[in-house]
Amino acid sequence: MNRRRFLRSAAALPLTGAIGGTLAVFGSAQVALGAAPTGTGYNRVLVLVELKGGNDGLNTVVPYTDPAYYSLRPKIAIKRDDVVQLSDRLGLHPSLAPLLPLWRESELAILQGVGYPEPNLSHFRSIEIWDTASKSAEYLQDGWLTRAFSARPAPRGFAADGVIIGSGDLGPLAGGGTRAIALANTEQFLRRAKLAQPTPIAGNPALAHVLKVESDIVQAAAHLDARYKFRTAFPPGNFGSAIHTAAQVLANPSGVAVVRVTLTGFDTHSNQAGTQARLLKEVAGGLVALKAALVELDKWNDAVVLTYAEFGRRPKENISGGTDHGTANVQFALGGRVAGAMYGAPTDLSRLSGDGNPAYALDFRGAYAAILDNWWGVDSRAVLGEKFTAIPFLKS
Amino acid sequence: MAARTFLLARMPALAALCTSATLACAAAAPMGYDDARHLLARTGFGPTEAEVREFAALPRADAVARLLRDVRTTAVTAPPAFTSVAGPLRPPPRDASDAERKAFLQEQIRHGLALRAWWLQEMLATPSPLTERMTLFWHNHFVSSQQKVRIARLMYGQNALLRAHALGNFGTLLHAAAKDPAMLVYLDSAQNRRGQPNENFAREVMELFTAGEGNYTETDIKEAARAFTGWSINRETGEYLFRPGAHDYGNKTVLGQSGRFDGDAVLDILLAQPATAEFITAKLWREFVSPDPNPREVKRIAQAFRSSNYDIRIALRGVLLSDAFWARENRGTLVKSPIEFVVGTLRQLEIPPPNGLPFAVLAAGMGQNLFSPPNVKGWPGGNAWIDANTLLARKQFVDRLARADEELQPMITVAAPASPSVEPNRAPTPLFVADDQKARFQRLAREADRGLRSVNFDAATWLAARKGATPADKERAAQALLLALPPQAPPRSGDDALTFIRATMQDPVYQLK
Repeated sequence: MNRRRFLRSAAALPLTGAIGGTLAVFGSAQVALGAAPTGTGYNRVLVLVELKGGNDGLNTVVPYTDPAYYSLRPKIAIKRDDVVQLSDRLGLHPSLAPLLPLWRESELAILQGVGYPEPNLSHFRSIEIWDTASKSAEYLQDGWLTRAFSARPAPRGFAADGVIIGSGDLGPLAGGGTRAIALANTEQFLRRAKLAQPTPIAGNPALAHVLKVESDIVQAAAHLDARYKFRTAFPPGNFGSAIHTAAQVLANPSGVAVVRVTLTGFDTHSNQAGTQARLLKEVAGGLVALKAALVELDKWNDAVVLTYAEFGRRPKENISGGTDHGTANVQFALGGRVAGAMYGAPTDLSRLSGDGNPAYALDFRGAYAAILDNWWGVDSRAVLGEKFTAIPFLKS
Repeated sequence: MAARTFLLARMPALAALCTSATLACAAAAPMGYDDARHLLARTGFGPTEAEVREFAALPRADAVARLLRDVRTTAVTAPPAFTSVAGPLRPPPRDASDAERKAFLQEQIRHGLALRAWWLQEMLATPSPLTERMTLFWHNHFVSSQQKVRIARLMYGQNALLRAHALGNFGTLLHAAAKDPAMLVYLDSAQNRRGQPNENFAREVMELFTAGEGNYTETDIKEAARAFTGWSINRETGEYLFRPGAHDYGNKTVLGQSGRFDGDAVLDILLAQPATAEFITAKLWREFVSPDPNPREVKRIAQAFRSSNYDIRIALRGVLLSDAFWARENRGTLVKSPIEFVVGTLRQLEIPPPNGLPFAVLAAGMGQNLFSPPNVKGWPGGNAWIDANTLLARKQFVDRLARADEELQPMITVAAPASPSVEPNRAPTPLFVADDQKARFQRLAREADRGLRSVNFDAATWLAARKGATPADKERAAQALLLALPPQAPPRSGDDALTFIRATMQDPVYQLK
């Protein structure tokens, strides 16, 4: 579908904010494409980029022609002249300008209005809902990826199911029997891994946990190395380093199905403008370097990068030049097989709920369904507990 | 104590009590080595053998009473000099140059490092490890982070406040912590004004500090935020200041009660909720007893806690004297925090370091950077302390400590170009609030290395000092002191002392308490 036409048709539709609306804004051709599971297994990698604290989606993908946007945000709105225009209505935060070539090549999908029913505004609860793919009032132990690996295990020869870079929080890989490795950088991991000994897993839950981590270390260390030297240059700073580590992990011949990197600091209750500009600049630089590295490894067509956060932020700015916790948000998906376009619907700022937050247009579990069904070929119904329409941002 | 035990054994009436009610009997008998080790490991930082033997002679209830009696409200270690400077906070003015800003931040970072060194030294030096454990517990409850607060003096003030009330009254602590200047900055209270509320503090005080998730609504948060308007900081003194002009004097409805509430009134409403006492008690249970609080026991202890008008010692006594605390199946079921791991190792091996900073840096590398919890919920703790990265950091620490004089790879490397962490609150990076982290990080990594080299551990002397007639007895005594459960991979008996101790500390069980 032609992007411009798609945008126009999406804009013309009323935002119902419920599941019915989700389907409507896809357009029928897209739904047909996304319906049949087309995934080919864990040889395709998922790179998750967590924008922790709740990135402000409204200043990330900016409705620069909407007067309501400027009246809700007299201090922190992105000026029309500064927006990196993607369409006649929407544009990127200026810090994201490096992503423009990806958009032009249709390798960047923008998921708008992503959320879930009865949104929870607590950081901790809402990220738990995202990580476990639960309903708002449902408490699940295992992460959604843990359930995917238990429904269909990754090959034994893989170094790990997933590698978590620079964070101790395993998020979607928590619980169950996932082989998840948290590491800060590869060389250090391999040097220290010599101290780990495989021991049969036994004992109380705490002891069993220590023993399992130790045996996962032994397995990962046997399959990972850090010898590949990239021609790609990585940006300075922590996020650039994490992206470099992610690329180094993916340069190994033995598989890893998921890599997650985290950038923190998005909880911008005060003085948002400078903080978010700095963080989004790191995001853009890191994502561009990641693409270059994956192209260098000839893996760009077998990788999809998906950003996420616990929630978006309130459309109306607060007195501190910041924003409070909100609901629906934007997600980016990038990759050689991504069908670059806008999905969902822009935030309808004329229809905010009593607490000043917008309704969602896309259920976040639709993005997971796309990864499970269309990327890996894992039955999403078995993992997510019910059938969510896959958001068709992946080409078959 | 000994006299009472003696009498108990001799007096027929009491002996009869022992046969009919074994619990009452056990309560008055000396608890012995294993119980004493368990109590001290759970309430302090890795006990020394002398401490264990001293407590082994006490009955359980007397031992708990003594721990609760000996608590402190101040540190024994003198704080860094900068903390005694009063007067105006002097953050750079709005029109400050970049150089001025940078100089200010660097000074705050230096002060922050001095604070970490000081607190770690206090944990080693204190005659009441429980006081520091509870101060750390409250640091992880009423969370503030220097990452956001920046001004080290405020972080010190908060730490002193938490220690002063660590085993005092929870209600008093809640009111004081809410108005603590570091907290006012951390949760944006100073930005919360009439007509323009900032909900940050109102949300977290309900979700994390008192009633807990599920015991309030979004409307309660909005209404409470209005009650907290006007709370601010006096920049001339660095202290709490109420600004009447910013306060919303209107009617509010919070948790079903209506009135022209101010912030203190809302805190009192939260204290009146049974959920608050249960939330705190369950958290104490997870800290001291087991990962899975027993709901009936929590309710029982919470009731006593609330009826005592929130005397923290009542709650803690309830937790420490519960059957579950002493139950065999709960021994070795909790993971040591990085601070417990590092401080406990230094204490148990009886290695007094000349400087605390390198060890605070090492604990940060294991995921616990004092004065910089990852977010307002604090360190998640429990099994989450252990992942591939942090487990290896722990193993490398004990490996290096046991042979501090050998030439080895640096303890923490800054591999170019990958730096150790993206999440600015996990690995050592977060010691810094500002940019040019890498150079400073490299300096600190060298510092950690020097710290490890600066201590001297003589394994043979340490092992020889264990109780026991034969070398094998001494090895058993060392294991009984260092490990909460039998080792998973028992070291070969008869290895040299260093090999034996290193293998014992590399055992997975050494991660547990």
